[in-house]
Amino acid sequence: MTVRIYVPRDAAALALGADRVAKALASEAHSRKLDIVIVRNGSRGMHWLEPLVEVETASGRIAYGPVKASDVPDLLDAGLLEGRTHALCLGGTEDIPFLKNQTRLTFARCGLIDPVSLEDYKAHGGLKGLEKAIAMAPLDIVKEVTDSGLRGRGGAGFPTGIKWKTVLEAPGDRKYIVCNADEGDSGTFADRMIMEGDPFVLIEGMAIAGLATGATKGYVYTRSEYPHAIAVMNEAVAVARAAGVLGPSVLGSGKAFDMEIRVGAGAYVCGEETALLNSLEGKRGIVRAKPPLPALQGFLGRPTVVNNVISLASVPVVMDKGAAFYRDFGTGRSRGTIPIQIAGNVKHGGLYETAFGLTLGEIVDQIGGGTASGRPVRAVQVGGPLGAYFPRALFDTPFDYEAFAAKDGLIGHAGITVFDDTVDMLKQARFAMEFCAVESCGKCTPCRIGSTRGVETADKIAQGIEPEKNRELLADLCNTMKFGSLCALGGFTPYPVMSAMNHFPEDFSPAPMVEAAE
Amino acid sequence: MNVHVAGSDVGARTLAIISELKGLEGPLLPILHEIQAEFGYVPQDCLPIIARELNLSRAEVHGVVTFYHDYRDHPTGRHVLKLCRAEACQSMGGDAVAERIKALLGIDFHQTTLDGAVTLEPIYCLGLCSCAPAAMLDGEVHGRVDAELAKELVAEARR
Repeated sequence: MTVRIYVPRDAAALALGADRVAKALASEAHSRKLDIVIVRNGSRGMHWLEPLVEVETASGRIAYGPVKASDVPDLLDAGLLEGRTHALCLGGTEDIPFLKNQTRLTFARCGLIDPVSLEDYKAHGGLKGLEKAIAMAPLDIVKEVTDSGLRGRGGAGFPTGIKWKTVLEAPGDRKYIVCNADEGDSGTFADRMIMEGDPFVLIEGMAIAGLATGATKGYVYTRSEYPHAIAVMNEAVAVARAAGVLGPSVLGSGKAFDMEIRVGAGAYVCGEETALLNSLEGKRGIVRAKPPLPALQGFLGRPTVVNNVISLASVPVVMDKGAAFYRDFGTGRSRGTIPIQIAGNVKHGGLYETAFGLTLGEIVDQIGGGTASGRPVRAVQVGGPLGAYFPRALFDTPFDYEAFAAKDGLIGHAGITVFDDTVDMLKQARFAMEFCAVESCGKCTPCRIGSTRGVETADKIAQGIEPEKNRELLADLCNTMKFGSLCALGGFTPYPVMSAMNHFPEDFSPAPMVEAAE
Repeated sequence: MNVHVAGSDVGARTLAIISELKGLEGPLLPILHEIQAEFGYVPQDCLPIIARELNLSRAEVHGVVTFYHDYRDHPTGRHVLKLCRAEACQSMGGDAVAERIKALLGIDFHQTTLDGAVTLEPIYCLGLCSCAPAAMLDGEVHGRVDAELAKELVAEARR
């Protein structure tokens, strides 16, 4: 009997040698005349165990990891194909606590299936949401999504259903669904993982959005830094089109929806929705003033839904299981689940999907297992380069939109970057300003010029030049940027800067430099 | 790959790319990506042709090309080594790795080694933040880059 062995094709697994492992497995199996088939799945999200090799046995999938190519002969000798024990054996994949304790709704299939097999997708519950949506009136689809409480997972947290309703009701000869897959925040990789591990769920979500709003064309705008995600998405779109999931009659409904994958060109600001739309139109990625809202005048001036990958990828489960099912997870006004990305200097880095409401401390210390370096955790940055740095004192903050806002932070795209006690917070504050200076689109003066002045001011503090005056100046500058910028780049760069300064003041009072004697 | 090409050849190949992609909605970025894939950079000679074919001004095309970090106005070395400089990689010693690689290659970011073998570029996030520091050598990704792996990557790129 043919044995199915899973070796991920996710970029994180590839970065740790998954291709070499797959090659070694194939060649060993060939020379030993073993009957195996290697499936290149997505990642299960336990990146410290990558490359994570799984073998399908009568008692479920058994995991081994982290596997090096040189481990392969030994693993086969030990009985890998029967799921026998070995030093690298982790037992049943689903029983690994990191995975077992999650609530996987959006990522239910990620790592489980062959990403580009529509059959596999359907066998694991795929397309059920779309089939239900086809039988519903557009307004009812919108109502279902609204009732689920789903909010934009890109960071802003705007209710998805309300955005869709605006587009549905907007007059227009053509409407568009634009998926914001420009995941530029450091510490985030959920979009990449879903595109590489379960691309059909995004395609299905976009098709549902099309049916709900009357849009017939969709674009996924992703990053040139994600070549593997681009390849998988293009392959999946071609498969979906050939199978009639996309095209002039979606699943035979008589309603048209098709989509294209577009690639950005290394500009971080294009993750902002209006800059993204300009870029998609072939212009400089300059932020547009709102109003008009993209929902009314978006891509090429037409009504456009701009949603994050995870928002759209969460729609199929909402439609399949119902709004109430999804809404029952979570806390306060943050409903459903959130794929938390645990990154940086952390022992158990990866993706952890769970209902809103865990505390930051639980995520970092218990799930993440503390730092990779073994040193104490000093700071965690939540929400990417525009997110605040949190000290241990705020580790009781529950993971939800409002709770983080109340602590002058944001959950953003739910990426958490952990730093140990060797981190210099003044340096991190300076980097935030430097990054803003490099990536500013140039439209708003506080962002364009303020960021450069911010770098200079941080340098003065580091050099001990009038530190008190310069700290005040930096705070004032942050205030100007926060209220004087159109988009989140200039508006939120103050978050990392101010949080570093407020929570770690000791790093902002370096000993004044002693002037060299004449 | 990145050989200098005669002007007329650039024109013909540019026109072929444009005619293939012109029908897209918002075709300029896909065209520029294709041109860079073809030539290894975006030759100046392409810009007036694109402007004419898409009914844009040359200034508009120039503005777009220069806005995006990806588009280069000159050829790279035979290999391109990109190092992630963002926060997650910083937290795992990315700065020290970058310094080491710069020293091994004898160049700074945005520079190419004198033998034309390697161009070193900074990049802000490869989405490999859970296995930092990360690097990309000619499209191939590498995680947990330490001093040892840095040396291997440099040796591979030098070849």
